[in-house]
Amino acid sequence: SRKMTVGARVVVSARTYADFTPQASFDIKKCDVHKLEEGPPLQAVLTREEGLQYYRTMQTIRRMELKADQLYKQKIIRGFCHLYDGQEACAVGIEAGINLSDHLITAYRAHGYTLTRGGTVREIMAELTGRRGGIAKGKGGSMHMYTKHFYGGNGIVGAQVPLGAGVALACKYLGKNELCVCLYGDGAANQGQIFETYNMASLWKLPCIFICENNKYGMGTSVERAAASTDYYKRGDFIPGLRVDGMDVLCVREATKLAAEHCRSGKGPILMELQTYRYHGHSMSDPGISYRTRDEIQEVRSKSDPISMLKDRMLSNNMASVEELKEIDVEVRKEIEDAAQFATTDPEPPLDDLCNHIFYNDPPMEVRGTNPWTKLKSIS
Amino acid sequence: MASLRCFLRSGKVFVVPCDICIINSILLLQVTVRDALNQAMDEELERDERVFLLGEEVAQYDGAYKVSRGLWKKYGDKRIIDTPITEMGFAGIAVGAAMAGLRPICEFMTFNFSMQAIDQVINSAAKTYYMSAGLQSVPIVFRGPNGASAGVAAQHSQCFAAWYGHCPGLKVVSPWSAEDARGLLKSAIRDDNPVVFLENELMYGVPFEMSEEVQSKDFLIPIGKAKIERQGTHITLVSHSRMVSLCLDAAAVLAKEGIECEVINMRTIRPLDAEAIETSIMKTNHLVTVEGGWPQFGIGAEILARIMEGPAFNYLDSPAVRVTGVDIPMPYAKILEDNSVPQIKDIIFSIKKTLNV
Repeated sequence: SRKMTVGARVVVSARTYADFTPQASFDIKKCDVHKLEEGPPLQAVLTREEGLQYYRTMQTIRRMELKADQLYKQKIIRGFCHLYDGQEACAVGIEAGINLSDHLITAYRAHGYTLTRGGTVREIMAELTGRRGGIAKGKGGSMHMYTKHFYGGNGIVGAQVPLGAGVALACKYLGKNELCVCLYGDGAANQGQIFETYNMASLWKLPCIFICENNKYGMGTSVERAAASTDYYKRGDFIPGLRVDGMDVLCVREATKLAAEHCRSGKGPILMELQTYRYHGHSMSDPGISYRTRDEIQEVRSKSDPISMLKDRMLSNNMASVEELKEIDVEVRKEIEDAAQFATTDPEPPLDDLCNHIFYNDPPMEVRGTNPWTKLKSIS
Repeated sequence: MASLRCFLRSGKVFVVPCDICIINSILLLQVTVRDALNQAMDEELERDERVFLLGEEVAQYDGAYKVSRGLWKKYGDKRIIDTPITEMGFAGIAVGAAMAGLRPICEFMTFNFSMQAIDQVINSAAKTYYMSAGLQSVPIVFRGPNGASAGVAAQHSQCFAAWYGHCPGLKVVSPWSAEDARGLLKSAIRDDNPVVFLENELMYGVPFEMSEEVQSKDFLIPIGKAKIERQGTHITLVSHSRMVSLCLDAAAVLAKEGIECEVINMRTIRPLDAEAIETSIMKTNHLVTVEGGWPQFGIGAEILARIMEGPAFNYLDSPAVRVTGVDIPMPYAKILEDNSVPQIKDIIFSIKKTLNV
C-alpha cells in the first residue's frame, strides 16, 4: 500500500468516521485488449482513504491549472503553457498503479505529473512565473520541470519516448525491479521514433509502460485527420495493448496495475491508450474552439468529468460527506492561492545564475557574453 | 606515419618492423588509433559497471570498423548492445539510460547518421542539465568516425565538428593520435556530461608510439586543452584530427627551407583552448588554421573570430587565414575527392602567402 503524501485532515462534523463506508466496489468499463489474454478486472475496490486522496490530488491539479490560466491572461506566465484540466484521472490513476520508486516521463503537458511525482504546487507555479523558487529555478519553464524519477517535461514531440525506454533499460540493467511509464499524446503517436522505440523495447524486453493519452486532438488536428489508424492501443503491433477509459481514475489505476505487473514479471513492454479529454485548447494561445464545438466540450464536462465522477461515486456510496469534500475544496483553493502568491512575489532568478548549470561536476568556467568584453561566470 | 627507430649500443640506427622495441629500458609500444580506442573502452568497461556500449554492429560484428573488437566476447549482451538501424531511437534510449544512472557510450557508425538523431543529442542531452537547473545530468559519450573517408561520396563524408561545436551543454572532442584517442576517450567516459567524440576512419589504422605512462589505466587527457605537437617560431598552425598529420608533414617540408612552424593539435573543439593559440601567436605573429570541414561558419572561422576579439590580434603581422575542405558536397572520383580536401601543398601554399615568402 502507498503512503499518502497529502494527509487528510480530521474533519470536524456531525458525522464521525465510523459513519462512512470504509470501502466499496465499483464497476469500471471493460478495456479493449490487443494481444492480451485479458484486461483488468471489471470491478475496482476503492477505500475511503484512497478516494479522498485521489479527489484531493485531482482537485489540486484542476485548480492549479485554472490558476495558471488566470496568470497567463494577466501576462504573469509567458511563452508556452499547456494545461491539463480534464485529464486529471490519467495522472492520478497512473500514480496510484505504480510506486514513487518507479520512473515516469511525459511530454509538455506536464504540470499534473510534476505534482503527482512529488513536486509542490508552489514550486510548479513559481517555475511557470519564472522565479528563483521554481522547481527548475526559473530556467526551464512550463515544459521543463523535473523531480526525482520524473524526467520532465519535454518540448520536442515524441522525443521523450525513446528517453523513457532508455530509463527502462537502466531499470532492467540495474536490477531494481523498477519500471518506466512513458507517456505521449495522440499527436505524437505517429512519430517514427516511437516505432523505433517499440521495436527495441520489445526486442530487449524493457520494463516500459507506453501510455498514449488520446485527448482526440493533436493541437488543432483531430485524430481522424492525423492517423490512418486511431486504434492507438494497437499501434504497438507486437506489443500487447489496452484501451482504457481515461476519465475514470479507477479504470486508469486498474489498467496501470495490470501493466505494471506485466512489466515487472519480465514480459517486456506494454501499451495503454487512455481515452481522455482536455478542456483547454492545445495551449494558452489556442482558444480550442475552432476545431471542436463548445457543445462537445460542455458535453464532456457534464457527463464525463473525472472529478465529478469520483465525487458522485463516493457520495452515493456514503464514503464521504458533501461538507468533507467542500472542505477539501477550500483547502485546495487556499493552497493554490498561497502558491500563486508566492509565484507572483518571489524574485526572478539573479543574473549571476544566467550561465550556471551548463556542466555537472566541472570546475567553474568562463562563458562569452553578448560581446567580446563580457565574460560571464559559469559554475556547475 | 610514425616510424620506430631503435638504437643499438654500438650506435647503429635501424628501422624496426616489429611491434615492440626496448629503448633505454622504457617500454614503447606501437599502438594504432583503433587499438587505443578499443583498450580505452575495455578499461573503462572494467572499471565502472555502469558503462556500456550500444550501436550498430558493435557487438557480434566486432564493430563496423573493428573499434569494439573483442568487447562483446568479454562483456556479453548486457554491456555491449547491437541495435537495429534506428539512430533516433537508440540515441534517445542511450540518453534516457544516462539520465537514469548509467554511463552509455553511444556509437554512430559514422557521424553522418547522427543527423537522424541530432535532436536527441542537442535537445535531450546537451540542454537538460541547464533546463533542469542542475537537477538532471546526462553522462553520455557519442562517438564514431567523422569527416571525410576514402571514396564514400557526399552523404558519408561530412564533418560535424562545427555543428556540434556550436552548442552549449556539449563537450566536443577530436583526437588525432593514439595517445589522444586513449586519454581523451577515457576522460570522455568519466566525464559527467554529454561528450561528442569525433574519430576519423582514415586514422584508425595509423600506429603511434605510446609510452608506458600513456599505457597506464588511469592515463587521462583533460578535455579542453590543446597540445603543441611541434614547436616553432615563424607561424602557428592550428588543426584537429587527421589534418594534424598534414600540418606536421608540411612543417617538415618547410623546415628544410628554414621556416619553423608551430603545430597545435586542438584535441578539443569545445571548449576551445583559445589561450594556447593566443600564446603561440604572440610568439610567431602568424596564424593558419587547417581543417577538413567546410569553410563557412566552421572551426577555422571560430578561431579567427576569437583571435580578432582577443589579445593576440595585436601580435598578428598579417591576416590569419583558414585552410579548409572545398565548399562542395564530397565527390566520388579519386581525383575529385583528393582535390576536395586540404593537401600538404595547400597548407604550404597558404603558409608562404601568409608569411609573404
